[in-house]
Amino acid sequence: MAVLTDRPAPVARRADRGPRARVNRLLGYAVLVFFGLVYLYPFVIQLGNSLKTEPDAAANPLSPWPDPLTLAGFERIFAGTNFPLWLGNSLLVTVLVTLGRVFFDSLAGYALARLRFRGRAGLFAAVIAVMAVPGVVLLIPKFLVLNQLGLYDSYAGLVVPLLADAAGVFIMKQFFESVPVSVEEAARIDGAGVFRTFWSVVLPMARPALITLTILSFQGSWNEFPHSLVSVQDPDLFTLPRGLADLVSGSLGSGTQYPLKLGAALLATIPVAVLFVIFQRYFVRGANDGADKG
Amino acid sequence: MATDTLTTPGTASARPPRRHRGGIRGNENVAGWLFVAPVIVILGLFLLLPILMALWVSLTGWNGQGSPFTGDVPFVGGDNYSRLFAEDGLARRDFMTAIRNNVYYVGIVVPVQTALALGLALVVNNRLLRGKGFFRSAFYFPSVTSSVAISVVFLFLFANSGAVNRLLGLLGITGPEWFADGRGVLHLLLGAFGVDSAPAALASGGPFGLSWWEWLSGPSVAMTSIICLVIWTTSGTFMLMYLAALQNVPVALDEASTLDGASRWQRFRYVTLPLLKPTTFLVVTLGLIGSWQVFDQVYVMSQGNPAKTTLTPAYLSYRTAFRDFDYGSGAAISFVLFLIIILLTLFQRRLMADRDGPRRGRWWRRRVPEGS
Repeated sequence: MAVLTDRPAPVARRADRGPRARVNRLLGYAVLVFFGLVYLYPFVIQLGNSLKTEPDAAANPLSPWPDPLTLAGFERIFAGTNFPLWLGNSLLVTVLVTLGRVFFDSLAGYALARLRFRGRAGLFAAVIAVMAVPGVVLLIPKFLVLNQLGLYDSYAGLVVPLLADAAGVFIMKQFFESVPVSVEEAARIDGAGVFRTFWSVVLPMARPALITLTILSFQGSWNEFPHSLVSVQDPDLFTLPRGLADLVSGSLGSGTQYPLKLGAALLATIPVAVLFVIFQRYFVRGANDGADKG
Repeated sequence: MATDTLTTPGTASARPPRRHRGGIRGNENVAGWLFVAPVIVILGLFLLLPILMALWVSLTGWNGQGSPFTGDVPFVGGDNYSRLFAEDGLARRDFMTAIRNNVYYVGIVVPVQTALALGLALVVNNRLLRGKGFFRSAFYFPSVTSSVAISVVFLFLFANSGAVNRLLGLLGITGPEWFADGRGVLHLLLGAFGVDSAPAALASGGPFGLSWWEWLSGPSVAMTSIICLVIWTTSGTFMLMYLAALQNVPVALDEASTLDGASRWQRFRYVTLPLLKPTTFLVVTLGLIGSWQVFDQVYVMSQGNPAKTTLTPAYLSYRTAFRDFDYGSGAAISFVLFLIIILLTLFQRRLMADRDGPRRGRWWRRRVPEGS
């Protein structure tokens, strides 16, 4: 491991070309490739096996090559399961939740960063406290409140509780604090109201933060599982993760049906994967916000 | 607060001499509350209020019929809690089994994912290697995917005749039936030394209704596969944190120690590692907080089986409420778990606040990968 801690030091540079350095580099690549396989090969296996017949998947699970190649698994996903319905529900929930979070979180983030109103400090402390509440202990509480409000087993129950999140408010507040005030001041002096200033002056400048928040919200609500577990039980309201979990727990009937399950999981992964490839640096920023701005 | 120092000077100088409608700041009180209103309503209604409701339910014997807030629901006081700790019975056995399982889970996941994250960050940070960006993405990618979808893949990988057992077969090892195998790993290790059943001293008398032998089982074989999955999905996130920290290590320090004749290992051990100490604290505490929340993977892969060895407090609370319709006990388990996690969070915030000083405020915006 110590071999790999090389830092860009001029002193070390002379040694870059020696035989020892070559051995080190080779070792480094070996480690990279090994872990690259560990992290990516499961996805390769998933893709390969989703295109196999069931006996082939059972006999050669390690091989990425289907023999024979078949789309039967995928055909059955669309013909034999409620996958299209789950997909539609997931899209609807994700779009609504993402729009809601981006709008409401930036409103609140802006107010907490810029507007001076009584109770602001207390509110911000509350936001920080809320961020510490672990999601899994909210399963029963969420069910109770949805049940009490008559929102259980409805689209509203799936969407409304997720429309704002404390972490998003925090990200937006931090961002707005880093924007120079002079622009807003100018707009205000020109007579623009608070909302007008926010909407047409500040928000357009917040593009990087908005993209980060959009991506985090999309990813979060697309993958959201526990909330759908306690907010709906009607199969017509299942989102993709809920439907997938249902498939796995044996609603399929006979056989393991791995090609079908792997294919469905693959399709559920694709949107986030595409987003990841395109907006990678925003994902990194979202996961690790602030760490690089030491 | 930093905000005030930022805004106040600007406002003071920019305030126009003529005040209209109560001045440029006059309507901010109203606007401020209007701006935060949607978030307050949503978080208040679906986060704070439900917690209070659940606190009440945890003191009742509500079975899911009707509303829990009517007089018909039996009030049982602290019974749901005392059954978890004090009274011998199935409730305590299950709860303590779940705690035991989760302790072993945390004990393996946190150190391994921390070490792996550091190792991966060191490799990816190596300036001599090409293609690092690709590998960084590859290591991080599992963290952004759906926990349910990934669990499906791992169910296939760890199936009886699945990829993992095939791989082990190539090495001449006969793999176990992962998800059917409830034997504890420590028990198996002891078995290898001829200790196949509980020695008399351990056969009974452990705390909270489980025997010492049961407490010392180690994670079950089935739990091990969930542990592998979680380490695999979360190490990428923590790698990014290490990577960010590594990029802040001053090059001059390394140069100086190289000039002083330090070997690579010495440079890592005595220069890099101490500089990474704050990040390690962060990664370990975030890992501790996250790994008490493991739920999705258990739900999809094992549902607490085999022999309750993959039961965790989070899953047990769900099962008690939504499968056994004992919402009071389920809520009580949730609150005990809540307490564990909040204590860990406070501990972490205290640690980070002591460390950061003027830079405080950055660490808490990090998102804890669930189930990590």
